[in-house]
Amino acid sequence: MAAAERGAARPTGDNRTSRRRRRRCREHSLRTSGLAPRALPGQSARARGSGAERGPRRSAGIRCVAYNNQSNRLAVSRTDGTVEIYNLSANYFQEKFFPGHESRATEALCWAKGQRLFSAGLNGEIIEYDLQALNIKYAMDAFGGPIWSMAASPSGSQLLIGCEDGSVKLFQIIPDKIQFERNFDRQKSRILSLSWHPSGTHIAAGSIDYISVFDVKSGSAIHKMLVDRQYMNVSKRKCIIWGVAFLSDGTVISVDSAGKVQFWDSATGTLVKNHLIANADVQSIAVSDQEDSFVVGTAEGTIFHFQLVSVTSSSSEKQWVRTKPFQHHTHDVRTVAHSPTALISGGTDTHLVIRPLMEKVEVKNYDAALRKITFPHRRLISCSKKRQLLLFQFSHHLDLWRLGSTVATGKHGDTLPLSKDADHLLHLKTKGPENIICSCISPCGSWIAYSTASRFFLYRLNYEHDSISLQRVSKMPAFLRSALQILFSEDSTKLFVASNQGSLHVIRLLEGSFKHLHTFQPQSGTVESMCLLAVSPDGNWLAASGTSAGVHVYNVKRLKLHCTVPAYNFPVTALAIAPNTNNLVIAHSDQQIFEYSIPDKQYTEWSRTVQKQGFHHLWLQRDTPITHISFHPKRPMYILVHDAYMFCIIDKSLPLPNDKTLLYNPLPPTNESDVIRRRTAHAFKISKIYKPLLFMDLLDERTLVAVERPLDDIIAQLPPPIKKKKFGT
Amino acid sequence: MVEEESLRVVHCGGSELNFRRAVFSADSKYIFCVSGDFVKVYSTATEECVHILQGHRNLVTGIHLNPNNHLQLYSCSFDGTIKLWDYIDGILIKTFVVGHKLHALFTHAHAEDSVFVIINKETPDIFQLVSVKLPKSSSQEIEAEEISFVLDYVNQSPKCIAFGHEGEYVAAVRDFYLSVYFFKKKKTSRFILSSSRSKKHAKNNFTCIACHPKEDCIATGHKDGKIRLWRNFDDDKKYTYTCLHWHHDMVMDLAFSVTGSSLLSGGRESVLVEWRDATEKNKEFLPRLGATIEHISVSPAGDLFCTSHSDNKIIVIQRNLEASAVIQGLVKDSNIFTGLVIDPRTKALVLNGKPGHLQFYSLQSDKQLYNLDIVQQEYINDHGLIQIELTKAAFGCYGNWLATVEQRQEKETELELQMKLWTYNKKTQGFVLNTKISMPHEDHITALCFGNAEKSENPTLVTASKDGHFKVWILTDDSDIYKQAVGWTCDFVGSYHKYQATNCCFSEDGSLLAVSFEEIVTIWDSETWELKCTFCQRAGKIRNLCFGRLTCSKYLLGATENGILCCWNLLSCALEWSAKLNIRVMEPDPNSENVAAVSQSSVGSDLFVFKPSEPRPLYIQKNICREEVQWGVFVPRDVPESFTSEAYQWLNRSQFYFLTKSQSLLTFSTKSPEEKLTPTSKQLLAEESLPTTPFYFILGKHRQQQDEKLNKALEDELIQLPLTENIPAISELLHTPAHVLPSASYLCSMFVNSLLLSKETKSAEELPDDIDMEEEKESEDSDEENDFTEKVQDTDNTDLGEDIIHQLSKSEEKELRKFRKVDYSWITAL
Repeated sequence: MAAAERGAARPTGDNRTSRRRRRRCREHSLRTSGLAPRALPGQSARARGSGAERGPRRSAGIRCVAYNNQSNRLAVSRTDGTVEIYNLSANYFQEKFFPGHESRATEALCWAKGQRLFSAGLNGEIIEYDLQALNIKYAMDAFGGPIWSMAASPSGSQLLIGCEDGSVKLFQIIPDKIQFERNFDRQKSRILSLSWHPSGTHIAAGSIDYISVFDVKSGSAIHKMLVDRQYMNVSKRKCIIWGVAFLSDGTVISVDSAGKVQFWDSATGTLVKNHLIANADVQSIAVSDQEDSFVVGTAEGTIFHFQLVSVTSSSSEKQWVRTKPFQHHTHDVRTVAHSPTALISGGTDTHLVIRPLMEKVEVKNYDAALRKITFPHRRLISCSKKRQLLLFQFSHHLDLWRLGSTVATGKHGDTLPLSKDADHLLHLKTKGPENIICSCISPCGSWIAYSTASRFFLYRLNYEHDSISLQRVSKMPAFLRSALQILFSEDSTKLFVASNQGSLHVIRLLEGSFKHLHTFQPQSGTVESMCLLAVSPDGNWLAASGTSAGVHVYNVKRLKLHCTVPAYNFPVTALAIAPNTNNLVIAHSDQQIFEYSIPDKQYTEWSRTVQKQGFHHLWLQRDTPITHISFHPKRPMYILVHDAYMFCIIDKSLPLPNDKTLLYNPLPPTNESDVIRRRTAHAFKISKIYKPLLFMDLLDERTLVAVERPLDDIIAQLPPPIKKKKFGT
Repeated sequence: MVEEESLRVVHCGGSELNFRRAVFSADSKYIFCVSGDFVKVYSTATEECVHILQGHRNLVTGIHLNPNNHLQLYSCSFDGTIKLWDYIDGILIKTFVVGHKLHALFTHAHAEDSVFVIINKETPDIFQLVSVKLPKSSSQEIEAEEISFVLDYVNQSPKCIAFGHEGEYVAAVRDFYLSVYFFKKKKTSRFILSSSRSKKHAKNNFTCIACHPKEDCIATGHKDGKIRLWRNFDDDKKYTYTCLHWHHDMVMDLAFSVTGSSLLSGGRESVLVEWRDATEKNKEFLPRLGATIEHISVSPAGDLFCTSHSDNKIIVIQRNLEASAVIQGLVKDSNIFTGLVIDPRTKALVLNGKPGHLQFYSLQSDKQLYNLDIVQQEYINDHGLIQIELTKAAFGCYGNWLATVEQRQEKETELELQMKLWTYNKKTQGFVLNTKISMPHEDHITALCFGNAEKSENPTLVTASKDGHFKVWILTDDSDIYKQAVGWTCDFVGSYHKYQATNCCFSEDGSLLAVSFEEIVTIWDSETWELKCTFCQRAGKIRNLCFGRLTCSKYLLGATENGILCCWNLLSCALEWSAKLNIRVMEPDPNSENVAAVSQSSVGSDLFVFKPSEPRPLYIQKNICREEVQWGVFVPRDVPESFTSEAYQWLNRSQFYFLTKSQSLLTFSTKSPEEKLTPTSKQLLAEESLPTTPFYFILGKHRQQQDEKLNKALEDELIQLPLTENIPAISELLHTPAHVLPSASYLCSMFVNSLLLSKETKSAEELPDDIDMEEEKESEDSDEENDFTEKVQDTDNTDLGEDIIHQLSKSEEKELRKFRKVDYSWITAL
């Protein structure tokens, strides 16, 4: 999976980097202990190392984005075929994803007929996604060779694709299917971009060296507009029209590989205006619905905003003006989208950047802040506490590492030498072209389960001193074809699988075999799949949550639904059940945290207090969702949560911070008196020293493990960006 | 009558031409720039100054063409007045007294009879943009009291305010703010750039602003070199801007072309950048302009640009980015180390100019004659780079030789010193390097002087240095088998008890050399280089040293740092007199016995003029300026003045110029500053040719040919046309501005009379059908023709002498009648 690739830890091949990483791990545990000294005395913290796969690996850059105005959702496809759905209303949470496939390189993505999502790729297939069941509804070959472009008609009832062989094909979207209607006049070379006139009567198609305008009714090309190949007086090989946009006044805007943004009059087929904006390709264009602004992305990593402004305040004459450039990417911006309030861009450097337009934002709250989404909003690492193993999930393999250890002691802030290095125990490659959806290692460390879109795998691990042997559990039942989430119970005797049919399977694990215990069927009427699972440490309760509906709690002993936590507006990002108390802690994408007592079937007192008082405004302004919740076995008042950029210990015994207090308080100076320290102390102890933090959990009561993924390493794996001359270098 | 006036200190030119944006006339023929208290009018074609508009009593701070009459110019000044000029004739038309100190002036065509000025309120740092209604009145001086407030807290620099197209709005920038005031809506929009101290936005400050002439677009320049183009600024929310970034340093000025199709920007890089269509990729450059671009202006006709530079220069640039003219004033960019030196040949003032150059500046015409590159190395403008500095310059042998000293000191111990001797080449009319002496001394050279003896075949140069030596350099034969040449070599090295040599000077006849070694003055025989005597007053180190002239040549004057002025008698080797005077500058007048000394006190500088023979000063002027006077010089006059008053007689043969610390060049004058225009430049103005329009090329040529033919024909007939230039009445009529002329009826008789051919020279029959005459008449008074003819008759009957009437033959009368019948009704249609 693309996400996994981006998300997990990094190679151990390079000694230097791995050492540095280990040191980081060390520091973290110590510093964290400094943050909460009572919980984690730092004197005997053990150094842990975690590593990752060796060898080169490609990263999955963003290939296309499609914005849906109705549901305010954003579909993002990556170069490995993964499609992710972001809910822009729910704090830009990545609520759904479709795993990638080696042969399905997506080239185009579009929404049609309201909520239907289509993609097309170089394998020549048009794919429709089932957004409820989270799988592919169907794939249909268009018989035109690789598909380079796709556009849904303004009414949403028709789909147009541009193929390698120069054909433009029109499909009718019928319920549950699409149906080929006809071909347009065939062009000489591949159709790289398509755009509908808002009235649906004409289309513009960008090819190599020219743009064609078709009449939809007749299907014939009425204009062919040749694009100048010259670039800075040098004739380039060919001028590729990377994107076209058809405006309602008949203007066609094209972006091409010579760095030009050109305005054409489609009625006469003439060039109206030319903006040279880049020394490299301009690769994408997106126009706002009002047609008063558009955005283009260049191969230099810059996006340019163009606005239609009136020439003078008195006259009605308007002109397109290049306004602000934004440089948020280091590599090619392959795709852009224009939501009513923001410019969205994605590119080879794997970042999804959402740049709100200040003039469109009503209030200057955290919606107006720039968002840069780099990491998946899911957990890709699982941990076996007993054996101190970490399982990293990548798109096509799993890596199992044993953490190193140290015997040295030191004071706060020290980096301790490792007495035992981290071991790379296992490198498990998947069979077939599909990406891994989810994976899990059992707490005892003897089971590993993972799933792709069509197959489910369960392995048993046997440890004999230094060697490890792997044994696949065969004869998986037919219903265990695919899983969205896998979880082992704390004692590793039960396996819980959330399948994409919306059902939850409970399986009892025996030595080398298994037994299907029960399947919790989805509530009648809903087909929504469960994406998050949590089991209580005593093994009695299982909590499961889908993308939008509430959290269901099942009684595992009695194998029946215990209760449903009332639904909340925002999707759940993390779930966990506290030991002993069996309180269910739920984190939502708007940074709200609820605590629900499963035995009492109601919110706890603390949760009510929190809701009454409200969270600190800075806490609510955080834009990365909480991906993991854990607890300290000896300190029941602690809730440990983390997201990609911070780690937080919520101490329920302390008063909540109000808006006047400092949320991100640094470590209070030691010379201050205890009184002051106590007065300034509040429930949230936050550490932001980790840059991109992928995973953090307590191994035992004195040890924390943290997995970081430095951004530089991701960048280093990417192809080099276009070299630009910078002044002064 | 001249003597009645008191002696005043006046700015004698050399003032900044780059203080404000230059302004073009509507036809791009003239360029106006403020220059101290004056406004100067230059011709863009010839670079010649054609007028100096004088009348303001303080610094002129703004000029603008009258939008309602492009032949008139508004100017404003610190003296609180706005003046309206007729620049073609250089005449002050009106003065509007506002009362406040005016910092800048703006006009635009849509503000009916009001102009905009920047004034400052009581608090020193708060400036306001106000509009001043200029009342209509016929009197010369009018109080303009109707002031209405437009914008508060503006920057005092006019570069920070611009008026939008058709005067709909005015935009002003200051620090991190852009304010736009809409006149119709009476609303101010304000835009703030993030000014956080974070590094990224640290240099976001606005520096200048320009408004698009056709569209709602504002261009602003910033300290970090960015140019922002603002649009949609009538909406506080929907405003948007785009960035253009090429300059690496502050954008100094911006200007849109007349059509708005391109934007010009300039800054420290000395490169004029033209942004076409306001796009980043489409730009043109005019590099190597020599110095920081301070201002850019565009001619209303659109064919010319001009840039003002920090080295007091205006470059006129054509539309295709080719520099066509350079107007160079006195360069004031660098520190003046050389002092004020007079080139004996050209009487030009010579001092440090551009870095590493010596500038020759004509005091008469107030312009730079030329630059002499002394250092002859590429100048790299970079902060913190230690440059080679030109520290000394001296002329010798009637301007045949020039000695210069340059130094560069990076560290205390590393001194690079070079002395160059230049000879005047008559063929090339310039100085040519003759001898280069590296490290002439071990330490800084403190003084340099030529032996000013008449015997020029044996030039002598003396240098004094901090290393305790003075060296005598003489010109020797340096010929070899290839060529005949002369060069300078060291002849004698003198020292006195290892004291630092601080000053040196020759007596007038060249027989004695005085060298001061800290507190001691030594006198040397210039023939044998033996020490004749020493003077020591124990009154501090000698700062200035000079011999008396003419009758006072037996005296030696020395000024010390402790504020004592001593006068020694060389015959008796005794102190003649001394006075307590803290002298900064002491200069002997080469044409008289007088010595001018400028002393520095806490309140200002005082001038004393005295003769060494008389301890009583001839003239004292207290408080000539507030600042410290750094350098002074006597400049011999071309034509001696004749001041009868005894106190001013010292100015008869020379004029005293001095330079203050802030580098204003001042002098003494009793008259109001005289018109410094040369007759040729006046001629240029008078002979204003027809505009070279395409029509001129077609019709003008044709007419020239016709004229030639006519001339030929006339010559054949031996007829001489009356030359209008030669008749004083006509020239007076033509060259006096129309509004100061007496009424047409009064002039008519004289005019007609002058046109009539006198009996002696021309026969009565040969009254030419003078086309010119008709034209003149038409242009002078476009009254109704009937009127005119009647008056002709009137004058005929009454004013003119009888004999003239008699002279009119019948044919002439016929001719005249013919004129009367000519239909002139078309004139009214003009």
